[in-house]
Amino acid sequence: MSAVDEVVTEAPAVEAVPKRAMTLGYGTSLVMLALFLIVPLLVKNFIVFQLTMLLIYGLAVLALNILTGGSGQFSLGQSAFYAVGAYTSAILMEHAGVNYALTLPIAGVICFAFGFLFGQPALRLSGVYLALATFALATAMPQLLKLGYFEHWTGGVQGLVVTKPDAPFGLPMSQDMWLYYFTLAVTIAIYIFSVNLLRSRSGRAFMAIRDNEIAASAMGVDVALYKTLAFGVSAGITGVAGGLGAIAVQFVAPDSYTITLAISLFLGMVVGGVGWLPGSIVGSAFIIFVPNIAEGISKGLSGAVFGVLLFLVIFLVPHGARQVAIVAQQLVGKLKKN
Amino acid sequence: MLSRQKLRIAAFSTAVIAFAATSGGALAQKKYDTGATDTEIKIGNIMPYSGPASAYGVIGKTEQAYFNKINAEGGINGRKINFISYDDGYSPPKAVEQARKLVESDEVLVVFNPLGTPSNSAIQKYLNAKKIPQLFVATGATKWNDPKNFPWTIGWQPSYQSEARIYAKYLMKEKPDGKIAVLYQNDDFGKDYLKGLKDGLGAKASMIVAEESYETSEPSIDNHIVKLKATGADVFFSVTTPKFAAQAIKKLAEIQWQPMHLVVNVSASVGGVIKPAGFENSQGILSAAYAKDGADSQWDNDPGMKKFFAFLEKYYPDGNKLDGSVVYGYGAAQTMAKVIEMCGDDLTRANVMKQAAGLKDFTPDTLLPGVRINTSEADFAPIDQLQMMRFKGEKWELFGDIISGEISN
Repeated sequence: MSAVDEVVTEAPAVEAVPKRAMTLGYGTSLVMLALFLIVPLLVKNFIVFQLTMLLIYGLAVLALNILTGGSGQFSLGQSAFYAVGAYTSAILMEHAGVNYALTLPIAGVICFAFGFLFGQPALRLSGVYLALATFALATAMPQLLKLGYFEHWTGGVQGLVVTKPDAPFGLPMSQDMWLYYFTLAVTIAIYIFSVNLLRSRSGRAFMAIRDNEIAASAMGVDVALYKTLAFGVSAGITGVAGGLGAIAVQFVAPDSYTITLAISLFLGMVVGGVGWLPGSIVGSAFIIFVPNIAEGISKGLSGAVFGVLLFLVIFLVPHGARQVAIVAQQLVGKLKKN
Repeated sequence: MLSRQKLRIAAFSTAVIAFAATSGGALAQKKYDTGATDTEIKIGNIMPYSGPASAYGVIGKTEQAYFNKINAEGGINGRKINFISYDDGYSPPKAVEQARKLVESDEVLVVFNPLGTPSNSAIQKYLNAKKIPQLFVATGATKWNDPKNFPWTIGWQPSYQSEARIYAKYLMKEKPDGKIAVLYQNDDFGKDYLKGLKDGLGAKASMIVAEESYETSEPSIDNHIVKLKATGADVFFSVTTPKFAAQAIKKLAEIQWQPMHLVVNVSASVGGVIKPAGFENSQGILSAAYAKDGADSQWDNDPGMKKFFAFLEKYYPDGNKLDGSVVYGYGAAQTMAKVIEMCGDDLTRANVMKQAAGLKDFTPDTLLPGVRINTSEADFAPIDQLQMMRFKGEKWELFGDIISGEISN
């Protein structure tokens, strides 16, 4: 009896977000797309590389957003899925000579399966307990990758060096530029898929579970299936991001995928706004650029400065970039009226 | 009147000739690549100022202080050093980002002393493709000495494998019938030492009777020690990082196992390992060194170390002279300064690499007497000599000759 009470009175882990509020309008989307297409043509190769990483981490944050913002489950284990994706791509490219573009769907499928399987035992857990279980996964992953048993394929602690692809069809484009547009294409495809997923029947089921599990099951939603499905989709997208990351960085090693990465991704999601998909890019920008800014302010205290900046963001805009976007939208609306 | 005019012409023409001669000569000599000008040389660096290996961040700070000293004294050949150091948090992807930032945004001449085997592995291919010198990397892995495949990467400290070979030489001479028990950390560091020991023993590798590995996440290594004692070994080779090295010394005393005890150089610090483990437990322990220990009183009147202490006092008062990383950073920065000095006015990347591969008997202030830095086109391992030492009383006593652990290919 009391157990049931607890479940019912427990506040939902994530605040309900109406599904229309999860995306951008058409106009804004087109402007963003144009920006992403044009900016790389005007900047140095180094910035293009940073923009590529922005998109890649953006994808990983988006994946977490689907899981947490969509189905209300927490995960601190995204770095493990990211690592599996990265290693799948790297091993296929370097040992089996598979084309880099083909390794991505394979990485996605393997991670989907891995996430789906991990979702099975995780079903019995919720809230902080689930977060802890995934945390264990993230801490175990770098050590598993170091195991002597896999060393022939993974390169052990030394990692694997990956060859960067050239632009195809003799396009007059630097490797960085090509990889950026390739990543952009993958990102857009996955973004559209995610938006449609959340608007579909499955998406509604995810959100019903997030808002109230008991009510959802009373409405006939197969809670177990959809929860594991959310885990699988999230892991799959993270895997694709990991594969892209391995190609962009040209190197995979166990030390690249520690718990720090998982926490960064979680941070990116919160800063971008939980449940607001376009916020993923903002969150990713935060985790890439803010540490650099913090380091510029003080080398010895970069961690502390980063903490202060993070605290300011959480304090001033607790709902992240979504809140800023809403305010901006209202301002534009007022201007139009005048 | 006439004579005056003549004189004027003569003076003018001499001036023109003199100007032409000097400027022409200068034009012929001065050559620059991106990152070097008449007034400044940009040197890039990557260090783990945050993250799990942040204790090593001191190396970057020491190097910064050393270049401050050089600039205060007028620079090298009249050029100031602009040392740009970024944090990678010991994460390979971040190291790639920072390396690209240094090369493409800050436009440095060279990347100097980036720290960590994973981080250096991650940036090696990029820097070599771009033909940017990756100078004096701060890791002991053996793979940096590979001028054929990576002509733009060069190491600095003795590699773990060459150090292990020195122990192998010593053991074969002093204890040819010894039974060796090895405890090693389960990563590239530990495995490199193990390989070096086996290679060094060669046909006598059967002297190794037991190998135990531990993970850095283990709180205590006591059970491994007990197991190794049970094998009846009479030589204990401790391939451990400082925390575990101290634990091992204590545990050996506790279970009264008194084999010949060898500790690797990274854990030979008096302040960081021996003192916490107890002087009474550490008598007779063997190790090898290439640099002087700031905690060791025998160097108090050494001219090189006096310069080092004076530097600490004036330019880096926060630096702890007992910290081996400070001694390390000083030596590495001094080597870098030497190479820039040797380049003269030809500051192209190719020439920097050529000079770095042309060091002859160079001795930074902090290296042991007799240890010299030598490099050549085919030898990208600057330091490969060490000297054996034994712990006695409250300090290390060096003994025997300087031994070379050079890996002949």
